[in-house]
Amino acid sequence: MTIDRVVSPAHRAIEVLGDEPTESTLKRYLDGIPGVDGVGLEQRAAALGTRSIKTTSKAWALDRIIGLIDLTTLEGADTPGKVRSLVAKAILPDPADPTTPQVAAVCVYGDMVPFAVEALGAAHTTGSGEGIQVAAVATAFPSGRASLRVKLADTADAVAAGADEIDMVIDRGAFLSGRYGEVFDEIVAVKEACRRADGSSAHLKVILETGELSTYDNVRRASWLAILAGGDFIKTSTGKVAPAATLPVTLSMLEVVRDWHRLTGERIGVKPAGGIRSSKDAIKYLVTVAETVGEEWLRPELFRFGASSLLNDVLLQRQKLHSGHYSGADYVTID
Amino acid sequence: MTFLDYAPAPESTALLNLQPEYGLFIAGEFSPAGGESFTTISPATEKPIARIAHADAGDVDRAVAAARKAYDKTWSRLSGRDRGKYLFRIARLVQERARELAVAESLDNGKPIKESRDVDIPLVAAWFFYYAGWADKLDHAGLGANPRALGVAAQVIPWNFPLLMLAWKIAPALAAGNTVVLKPAETTPLTALLFAEIVQQADLPAGVVNIVTGAGETGRALVNHPDVNKVAFTGSTAVGREIARSTAGSGKKVTLELGGKAANIVFDDAPIDQAIEGIVNGIFFNQGHVCCAGSRLLVQESIHDDVVARLKVRLETLRVGDPLDKNTDVGAINSAEQLARIRELSDIGEAEGAERWSPACSLPDQGFWFAPTIFTNVSTSHRIAREEIFGPVLSVLSFRTPAEAVAKANNTPYGLSAGIWSDKGSRILAVADKLRAGVIWANTFNRFDPASPFGGYKESGYGREGGRHGLAAYLRGAK
Repeated sequence: MTIDRVVSPAHRAIEVLGDEPTESTLKRYLDGIPGVDGVGLEQRAAALGTRSIKTTSKAWALDRIIGLIDLTTLEGADTPGKVRSLVAKAILPDPADPTTPQVAAVCVYGDMVPFAVEALGAAHTTGSGEGIQVAAVATAFPSGRASLRVKLADTADAVAAGADEIDMVIDRGAFLSGRYGEVFDEIVAVKEACRRADGSSAHLKVILETGELSTYDNVRRASWLAILAGGDFIKTSTGKVAPAATLPVTLSMLEVVRDWHRLTGERIGVKPAGGIRSSKDAIKYLVTVAETVGEEWLRPELFRFGASSLLNDVLLQRQKLHSGHYSGADYVTID
Repeated sequence: MTFLDYAPAPESTALLNLQPEYGLFIAGEFSPAGGESFTTISPATEKPIARIAHADAGDVDRAVAAARKAYDKTWSRLSGRDRGKYLFRIARLVQERARELAVAESLDNGKPIKESRDVDIPLVAAWFFYYAGWADKLDHAGLGANPRALGVAAQVIPWNFPLLMLAWKIAPALAAGNTVVLKPAETTPLTALLFAEIVQQADLPAGVVNIVTGAGETGRALVNHPDVNKVAFTGSTAVGREIARSTAGSGKKVTLELGGKAANIVFDDAPIDQAIEGIVNGIFFNQGHVCCAGSRLLVQESIHDDVVARLKVRLETLRVGDPLDKNTDVGAINSAEQLARIRELSDIGEAEGAERWSPACSLPDQGFWFAPTIFTNVSTSHRIAREEIFGPVLSVLSFRTPAEAVAKANNTPYGLSAGIWSDKGSRILAVADKLRAGVIWANTFNRFDPASPFGGYKESGYGREGGRHGLAAYLRGAK
């Protein structure tokens, strides 16, 4: 997955801001973004949720959802065995049906990256877009409460161990107190830490932790900030804070991505994470993506679901679609 | 096929149990009419649905007599609490048969099933529930102690929200203690006749609700009937004028809810994505067949081009087609006659120099269809900026200062509704204060609630429907 950038993020930011990115220029720019009317946003999200996706469209949607999943395990109790089991599921989600597509990535803590890479073996991405990616959460996930030095080391470690993607968290404390420049600089630094020895770079997903940002206006500002600073993806949540991903929040972020594309021609990815457990909910997200930024976003380079239990529900729905009847939880594997 | 060409998701018509032929509903029973019956068709396919009776003057006479008898013998003698019980019963029956009513409405009117299912029918039930609650509390309606009913109400309703307009008329009339004779529009009689079945199911005393179907002649006979105490009309300004003329001096109490040419004002600090949704909902909801539709978009100069560009992108995602498909956003135009009017005014708009734009969309061969259309470069003197088109056609104008926005918004013979989009509360209040319109929406559009009065200024009519104010139209105060 490569999204070529003609200019570096810093230059892009200067182009958009019309000035060096400093506390004051960023503040001026972000405060000038049109506001969000929460009632209207939620109404629009609810309306998109009423789309009725049936028969062939549903079959396509279920397969596509699987191909967009970052199959995730982020527990303190994770073990190499758990990660191997997760990887096996990522490669062959439904042992009873080899036509089932593979997931986009496995998402683990940094110290689990070597085990994931090893377990994936030949199924690991070759860098040309084929295969399964390894994503690692970094920067003192989930709270982000550590010094920049620790966060950068955390990131560099994961990249060195073979992570293809880094899911970083922003410093919500700095963001909420209005220190946008600090958040910006940190994202730029982490982006730099994603660089490998050969000059290529792991992709950076910036977690906004929208559940802690409290207003849609903040979600929108944080989205712009993360994109300006060079994030390849903006991601809703760590999954450790409630509420995690919601449809209105994701819609709002997609609108920013759409506007950024209109402004610069660049395509930024979006990843709702946490709380999406059913196929029905996931389909609502596909509809929202397709009708907001367009169908071309429905590929793993530009859209992901951060989820663990979602996959099994999709597999059950998929089995139902093929066999005509529902099976049950024991007909799909626990990871 | 791409994902956005969602596979067909048609709502089933299996639960409809329609008769091939419907009579007039008078004194609690269906009976044949004196006039030649006519066929109601589905505007999406032009296929016939049922034969409908055409009431002549004699039938109207029978209906008014039945309503008078019911008023004298039963309804006016019932306590408010008992009238309320009947209305609650009707409301619950509407909810029970909601899916069936929604399908019938979309079939007969052409509106998308998602609107009849999520807007029309839930509001119908809400209206009956709301006025059921008022029936035993009329002393507190602000008309003094013990206000009295007027008697027999003649009610004529339009085709844009057939069952909802019926509810707006019948619910307050019955709660206040009147009996009614209602004439649904010629092209959309179906749900009114299903409502007659609900009236039978609810065991409402015979003659309290009478439904006479027919065309303009029937309506004329009804509003001019000498034994009618109250006339309530929703429809075009031309017919409204005729009614005002013919009822003048007759002692009948009249309320008229007529046309509109609402301004939807978007300031440069508006929440832009929600404003775009509001503009779309304002004019393309119900194919623009809405008297309070936001048909004149007034955009502040500095964001004009951005808003128009965003609007065009958004319109590309509107799905025009089969009203019974659950994913349809814009359905069929209600009649060939209305389609002709929309086409005529749109052609005039083009001829007058406005720039016409529609998204690429394929329209079905059968039925009456008109693609969502926006006109830019519209000036205030253009006919498309002054006349009510009553279709999915938006005229975009710009303004520089709030004062100019207010002046342009008020520069219309109508005054039914208006919309304001701004993040600044003080500006919303200041502008709303200067707009001459009955309903003003702030950062939303086309929202309705039974507790909120609705009605117009100037050529948009007089009287209010909904809320406590809606009761005043059907009551005589003690003073």
